[in-house]
Amino acid sequence: MSAARPSVPVSPKDARIAVKPRLRRFHQARWDEKLIFELGSPGERGVLIPAPDPQVAAEVGDPAAALPTALRRTVPPALPELSQNQVLRHYLRLSQENLGADLNIDVGQGTCTMKYSPKVNDQFVRDPRIAELHPRQHEDTVQGVLEIVHRLEGLLAEISGMDRVTLQPGAGSAAIYTNVAMIRAYFAAKGDPERDEIITTIFSHPSNAACAKTAGFKVITLHPDADGYPDIEALKAAVGPRTAALLITNPEDTGIYNPRIEEFVRIVHEAGGLCSYDQANANGILGITRARDAGFDLCHFNLHKTFSTPHACGGPAAGACGVTEELAPFLPRPTVAYDGSRYTLDDDRPDSVGKMRPFYGVVPNLVRAYAWIMALGAEGLREAAEIAVLNNNYLMHQVLKIRGVSMPYAAGRPRVEQARYSWEQLHADTGLHSEDLGLRAADFGTHYWTSHHPYVVPEPMTLEPTESYSRADLDEYAAILAEVAREAYEDPETVRTAPHRSTVHRVKEDSLEDPATWAVTWRAYRRKVLGA
Amino acid sequence: MTPPRIGLVVNPVAGLGGRVGLKGSDGRDVQARALAMGAVPQAGERAAAALAELRGRGADCELLTAGGEMGAHAAQAAGWSTRTVYTPGPDSGPEDTVAAVRALRAEGVGLVLFAGGDGTARDVLDGLGQDRVMDGRPLPALGIPTGVKMHSAVFAVTPRAAGETAAAWAGGGGQARLRLRAAEVMDRDEEALRRGELTARLYGWLTVPDLPARIQQRKSGAPAADPAATGGIAAELAALIPAGAPLILGPGSTTHAVAAALGADVALTGVNAIALRDGTATVLARDAATADLEVLIRQGPPPCIALSPIGGQGFLLGRGNQQISPALLRAAGRDRLLVLCTEAKLAALGGRPLLADTGDPVLNAALGGYLPVITGRGSTSPYRLTS
Repeated sequence: MSAARPSVPVSPKDARIAVKPRLRRFHQARWDEKLIFELGSPGERGVLIPAPDPQVAAEVGDPAAALPTALRRTVPPALPELSQNQVLRHYLRLSQENLGADLNIDVGQGTCTMKYSPKVNDQFVRDPRIAELHPRQHEDTVQGVLEIVHRLEGLLAEISGMDRVTLQPGAGSAAIYTNVAMIRAYFAAKGDPERDEIITTIFSHPSNAACAKTAGFKVITLHPDADGYPDIEALKAAVGPRTAALLITNPEDTGIYNPRIEEFVRIVHEAGGLCSYDQANANGILGITRARDAGFDLCHFNLHKTFSTPHACGGPAAGACGVTEELAPFLPRPTVAYDGSRYTLDDDRPDSVGKMRPFYGVVPNLVRAYAWIMALGAEGLREAAEIAVLNNNYLMHQVLKIRGVSMPYAAGRPRVEQARYSWEQLHADTGLHSEDLGLRAADFGTHYWTSHHPYVVPEPMTLEPTESYSRADLDEYAAILAEVAREAYEDPETVRTAPHRSTVHRVKEDSLEDPATWAVTWRAYRRKVLGA
Repeated sequence: MTPPRIGLVVNPVAGLGGRVGLKGSDGRDVQARALAMGAVPQAGERAAAALAELRGRGADCELLTAGGEMGAHAAQAAGWSTRTVYTPGPDSGPEDTVAAVRALRAEGVGLVLFAGGDGTARDVLDGLGQDRVMDGRPLPALGIPTGVKMHSAVFAVTPRAAGETAAAWAGGGGQARLRLRAAEVMDRDEEALRRGELTARLYGWLTVPDLPARIQQRKSGAPAADPAATGGIAAELAALIPAGAPLILGPGSTTHAVAAALGADVALTGVNAIALRDGTATVLARDAATADLEVLIRQGPPPCIALSPIGGQGFLLGRGNQQISPALLRAAGRDRLLVLCTEAKLAALGGRPLLADTGDPVLNAALGGYLPVITGRGSTSPYRLTS
């Protein structure tokens, strides 16, 4: 860390303070709010638009006539009909039934890198010079935003060590898919299309396997060895003339840094394959290690994780892909080019994998990420990583004092930016599952996530306290877990039937897992649930 | 200080049903059928292998046994001089196991070694009584695996591992230098089996000395086979089988679901053989014994053998599928040994390797190493097989 950073003086009085965290008497709102489609009444309006002047109407004629006949509706859309205050009330009520990222100590959403999204960056995005841009505007009128995009690409190239970066993908999985598409195009261009296998690991994000499958590859998944690292002997058994690439995370979901990562890369390179580094979550290594320095050919970032922009469920996501010069011809088109005086969108890229989305990038998030990086600077990025790692190891120290919890693999070794714990002992002692404990945590105003499926770590819990959280936050979070574990041993029924003070008791799993039951649109809900 | 005492009881007919395709060896009529079908008793031989390992490790202990085939013969074969504390009648049965365990306990043994399967484990449990304590301390027991069904968690992974564990126990002066733990005694639920469900019932717990990686884990209550996963595995399997090669399918809910996805109605707990032609499956042999399968493979190209490990435990060969003989495995070769397993079941192994106990150490070693486990359509995981 830089010596130039000013240190905050700590008075002897401050140093004495060690307040025992207080458990909140939290109770979430429950409004029994109907769906918006069930609210309002026919003819009700939020905005009454005045009729046009008769002369204007006569001049313009029927505006719908400008649309091709086939695209014109014969029946108006069945939209809700509500007044403004009803709409406002509806969504405020729903927001009160959420444990949003800005509301709870959100360290339990492990692997998601929940951190504070600075509100000042939203001001830049709401500025009319960003908010009112249209993707069809002429390049000459969007030089400013193209400059931001181009500079952000340069910053991410520096952070990853890669030669070229694209910011076109709309999210993390889109970025992985972009990389897989480039891998496919690379071997096709080399006249080596027989390479149809992609190797990944069980502790890497499942999107790696899913994107590889979607692009037509066979997937080989490595399981961990006894220390929790991906089994390097299994990798040696798996590589061969059909190996296209290794898609791997480091550290993996366990938070254990794989010190043999260069060996993994070497084994795959020697077999003729490429290596792609899933850096969706780069929060523990920002400014410390770089994908290129470990020998990787491609990498990707999720700007909504490491670079502070809001997450997909709470706002749009954004992905970034970095590649070596050798893979640059395959980048999605267009790319943002700069000739020293003018920025352009370069669509003349014959070897490109094509477009990943209709227009270039999720611009509001690119602006936010650019602002975040520029506010921190190189030293600040590294400091963010160091605080995140410190926070994680501090929380781990507190959590491992709790009865019934353990840390599988690499005993006694620090974790990087997140950690996957196991409640296996508590389950053996009480019969309760990790999910039950997570639901009871909701009664104290927070929550946690278990793990991707399948559960390799039994009764898992994954915590990731980023640099945004204070020591008091972490102490409160650990105190909640300690209380829930104490209840599990002393009053298991309360935990088994939790949550008791949350909006919804327990969600019917079928509505999430059964295609015959789930309803993600109003029409599907009417058909499947209401039987209309 | 007197050396620690180890008691031995052998169920001489354990495992008899395995090679001839019977689902177990419980009951005198089943044993008679197995013998008539040419089954050769192996329990004594496997018990002797465990005792030879115990002796080879130079453990200072005294061995007490039941008489004749119920222990003394195996002990002598392994070079032990023993004291017989119980003499069975000419036609021994489960009640003799119970009585022998009681006699061993009365003689103050500190560890009961027993050779058998789930049925024998239940008899040992009965013999020790539900309190299973000796002078206020739990009296440990350990199974030498010789049965057909071994759902219980009380068995060593191989006979030699049983000897090794017993030696480690004795090396601690018979005291609990090894960690002791309660392990489930389970047996197949015959009622559920008649309903077509393969599940085991819990009968109680024995205390076992725990030498890591030497004691077999409990067979997990096989989770309901996920149709999406098994459908994908079936499609991958169909694409892998060379034209004309018969496919031998091991028992269990994964292989059963895969066979169903291929359109074949096979026996849940038996070994079956099918042929795949133009996407259609024909059953060649249902619930087959070793001899039926060996006849089958003499007729054409080498077979493929598709097996699924026992959930939570990892046994791929030698537990519940002894019909798949070393000769069949050699005929197929390692390349045609196909391992089928859903991602969830593989993850539930917790990193433990797949295990092979074919009864042939040379073959066990030859099969060892990484095998591509088929987890879905276009999906595999390289996973280690060991013996």
